[in-house]
Amino acid sequence: MVTGFSLPIIAPLGPEIFLAVIGCAVILADIIWNEQRYVVPIVAMAGAAATVIMVLKASGISFSGMYTVDSYSAFFKIVCLLGLMLAILMSLRHLDIMGVKRVGEYYSLMVFSCVGMMIMASATDLIVLYLGLELMALSVYCLVGLLKTDPRASEAAMKYLLLGAFASCLLLFGMSYLYGTTGTTDMAQISKAMAQGKLSGNPAFMMGLGLVVIAFCFKVAAAPFHMWTPDAYEGAMTPVTAFMSVGPKAAGFAALGRVLMEAFPNAHSDWMTALIIMAFLTIAIGNITALCQTSIKRMLAYSSIAHAGYALIGFLPGTAEGASATMNYLFIYLFMNMGAFAVIILLQYKGLVGEALEDYKGLAKTHPVAAGLMLVFMFSLTGIPPTAGFIGKFNLFMAALHAGYTWIVIFAVLFSAISAYFYLRVIMLMYMYEPEREMKLAPSGALSAVLAIALTGVILLGCYPNGILSYASKAIMGH
Amino acid sequence: MVHLSWYLTVSAMLFCIGVFGFLTRRNIIMMLLSIELMLNSVNLNLAAMSHYMEDLRGQVMVFFIIAVAAAEAAIGLGIVVTLFRNYRSVHTEDITKLKG
Repeated sequence: MVTGFSLPIIAPLGPEIFLAVIGCAVILADIIWNEQRYVVPIVAMAGAAATVIMVLKASGISFSGMYTVDSYSAFFKIVCLLGLMLAILMSLRHLDIMGVKRVGEYYSLMVFSCVGMMIMASATDLIVLYLGLELMALSVYCLVGLLKTDPRASEAAMKYLLLGAFASCLLLFGMSYLYGTTGTTDMAQISKAMAQGKLSGNPAFMMGLGLVVIAFCFKVAAAPFHMWTPDAYEGAMTPVTAFMSVGPKAAGFAALGRVLMEAFPNAHSDWMTALIIMAFLTIAIGNITALCQTSIKRMLAYSSIAHAGYALIGFLPGTAEGASATMNYLFIYLFMNMGAFAVIILLQYKGLVGEALEDYKGLAKTHPVAAGLMLVFMFSLTGIPPTAGFIGKFNLFMAALHAGYTWIVIFAVLFSAISAYFYLRVIMLMYMYEPEREMKLAPSGALSAVLAIALTGVILLGCYPNGILSYASKAIMGH
Repeated sequence: MVHLSWYLTVSAMLFCIGVFGFLTRRNIIMMLLSIELMLNSVNLNLAAMSHYMEDLRGQVMVFFIIAVAAAEAAIGLGIVVTLFRNYRSVHTEDITKLKG
């Protein structure tokens, strides 16, 4: 068979290969231009921007169907790359303040984890999916524990790694049973094997399906598999937290959506029940636990758990409308969450100031612009019109209603109202209290750019919501 | 001839021992070892299935899993070292700065 061997067409993988090269170039740039502080982030930033353009142009199928570059994957890749770029901009000044000496490894780990996310979004084979997942996860574990002398960072990294590795083991064990019962790891072939019947009652196959779904729920931080989230979010540096709350989550949803809709469309009734229970639990636990937090990073961690619950609702019907509502929601979530974290970074001047909710008392008196920005992002996270958060939730709930999931929508709206308490509490602290101490801001041009982008995103997507939603539904139809 | 179900039984037992160890041990290095045990039970599963189905995908996946497991162990032990420097301990009950 040597004569029949030919190299696979790697053109569809262009963006991923390019970004991986950029990851290496970042390390080299750090060695060569050790003195100049901004060369490394500029290389990473330019690489990410060029990758966005390449993603928009790339299409095709590579490695005999293991890797599919379609508009569905392009959508998620752009969400991840935007998350990467905003996180790089946020980090510039913050790394100086936190006293990080070698910035090369920081930016290259971010770039490599983004490569992993892009591979996850495009994987149509379980092997490739696993490799993308691990590339993303291993880089993020390192990022969380990057501050080696900070006990909180290493504790957070350890907890994240142990639970993440445990989830990977469950995923692999499930995959091995799927492979054993269907004889393939290709998602389309698994779906074909299911369509031929015989498998629907097979306990080994059902266990495999269950374990794979559970493992992805670990990755997107859905309850009852959310325990790592608050600790990892609190211990990591704030730009890393912002990055983690957007990128890995979007990639996890991309992979979950593809597995559910491409490999298991015939088992819809089985996974739907599990997802409904998890969505219920996630929304309830996320919102209720967020009520009693005193650290704003922990509060946003629980809020991100709750938002994962809302985003899961979109996958319940297994329809294009639902999936595009989830995609739309993740895109909006990128802007509002990145914006909220950017305000926290703005307040972190020395030490941990800006992490406790108490620090926000009277912020409107001393720094009205920062308080105003936080107000917009908190309104958007609550889902109050005319911000984008409202549009995102509205589309999700409409999609679920059209598919007949009335009860879960009622439940989600009720808990959305409960969530207003802890989001609006931040606003109350800022506007209705007197400042207790002098607060210094840590502004920088890059951080202002992040805030401006996030604000524009939240307002524009809130006022003109049709563009991105129609792009998302087109992405699903093309797929 | 060893039947496939024997391999699957051994691998399921190994996996359960790994899960049990992960959930009950309080030493982080033992928890990492439990994770290795779980990963190797998956490898056994895949290799056995691949052999009986006469399909190479399973064995290819085993190689990838071995490589990733090595990377995971390297990073895990690296974090254990930083943890030990900060806390002078690798027991989970001593490492409780993050709560809420």
